Amino acid sequence: MSLLTAERIKLFSTRSPWWCGLAAVVLPIGFTALLVGQANGGLEVGVTTTQATANLGRSVVMVLAALAVTTEYRFSTIRSTFQATPNRIAALLAKTAVVAALAGVLGELVAFGSWGVSRLLKPSADLALDSADDWRSVAGEGLVFALAAVLALGVGILVRQTAGAVALLLVYSLLVENLIQLIPTAGEDIHRWMPFVAADQFIGVGQRIPDPAFGPWGYLVYFAGISLVVLAAALVTANRRDA
Amino acid sequence: MIEAVGLTKRYGKTLAVDNLSFTVPTGRVTGFLGPNGAGKSTTMRMILGLDTPSGGSALIDGKRYRDLHQPLRTVGALLDAKWVHPNRSARAHLAWMAKSNRLPAKRVDEVLDIVGLSAVAGKRAGGFSLGMSQRLGIAAALLGDPQVLLFDEPVNGLDPEGILWIRKFMHRLADEGRTVFVSSHLLSEMALTAQELVVIGRGKLISQSSTEDFVSQATENTVRVRSPQLGALRTALGRTGVSIRDEGESLIVSGMDCADIGELAAQTGTVLHELSPQRGSLEEAFMQLTGDSVEYHTEIAEGQVPATLVPAGK
Repeated sequence: MSLLTAERIKLFSTRSPWWCGLAAVVLPIGFTALLVGQANGGLEVGVTTTQATANLGRSVVMVLAALAVTTEYRFSTIRSTFQATPNRIAALLAKTAVVAALAGVLGELVAFGSWGVSRLLKPSADLALDSADDWRSVAGEGLVFALAAVLALGVGILVRQTAGAVALLLVYSLLVENLIQLIPTAGEDIHRWMPFVAADQFIGVGQRIPDPAFGPWGYLVYFAGISLVVLAAALVTANRRDA
Repeated sequence: MIEAVGLTKRYGKTLAVDNLSFTVPTGRVTGFLGPNGAGKSTTMRMILGLDTPSGGSALIDGKRYRDLHQPLRTVGALLDAKWVHPNRSARAHLAWMAKSNRLPAKRVDEVLDIVGLSAVAGKRAGGFSLGMSQRLGIAAALLGDPQVLLFDEPVNGLDPEGILWIRKFMHRLADEGRTVFVSSHLLSEMALTAQELVVIGRGKLISQSSTEDFVSQATENTVRVRSPQLGALRTALGRTGVSIRDEGESLIVSGMDCADIGELAAQTGTVLHELSPQRGSLEEAFMQLTGDSVEYHTEIAEGQVPATLVPAGK
């Protein structure tokens, strides 16, 4: 418990998480307002439409999560951290828990903020959350954000440099996963197993995969599995190498 | 007590620390002396469990650092004053460290008071001068009121006031019965601060002894004598079997102190113009001891100019 408090003090005693958190919430809600406000006839606004720009917030949250650990390496406070808590796995798990919790809260703010602003701008559209699928599409963002933060933190621990970790995460999640479809014949088959594609299947946004391997919750478990594997690899590496 | 047993650290092909064994006794200030690059910081990082030894072990009161429960209560350390997030306040930096070892929050204000940073506790640490950063690092080391303290080059880059403050602080800590292990590459500084000395060069142990023994062994005590009747004096001194060497218009005598030389001069009726004890410089002694073990030698020896000095571009 005291480790969680220590990590919470660390996270909120610098400015960048505040700015990242603000951007992560304001950007997707703003773009949702633009998207829904300009929708007419051609675009039918449904519950999943309100979550179409949430991935922007997810990207910013991943930057926040990566920064939470790369700045520790940048300023060598990771050494103070391991000096105070020689059980490195416990220290890093505490950090992961705090960052993931914050990411989850931000995810819910993004999801319900986007949904709320859509309801205000398009009172005529059917945006009521009247099925389990509707609730999954909106409230599920918190889970996706939290797991994306876990993945980003793992990458941050492995890469250690801010620029490298952030570039890797953004280029991969925003470009590589989609461009991979360009590979002849095998491209489509690889694409359907990409982690962020899986997260989108859970929410119900983005490209629909034909003949999906899992149901929505299965895809969430798959995404969680990949995030936890990356985190586990990061913890083992951090425990072994010199701080 | 800190105990290093056969401590070894290898980076690729280079041996940074080579089979190093020493003990740091309880309740004293022990200096850890060696030229730059001798492996002092690496050794300290291994003691703190930050770097994993390639061989051997470092024990604190018989335990490995990574096996200590809430280690800040046992060992406090300042390895680098810059290991602070520049946008975090001094108080927040100490607060998270205190929390991680379940230390009471009021302890943060106590240590800020001890090092005299209470007035700037809310300021961001990135704006601190080196002296203030060192104080913050010392505050962090004192958080858990530990019995063992490690400092790596604490006076490096400080102004005279800061150096004096640190030196007094070390003595105070040792007077309180704590074990203090402090590294430096300056023997003159260590001679004033430390009671025990562990000297290393190129990762190997050169000596471990009390500072007094080390200094007296390392420095040769001589007496300079000037006299208009230098010849007569040399003969008289020669009979006693001490070693004499000429230096300009004077004699340098080793193996006999001022009083004896003065009496000898009186017996032989020699007029003396100077009779002064000479103390070998600590730095020279240190260079002699570690001379072969400096890692990065300068290419050109003192006063020696390469024979083939060709202007650039020809």
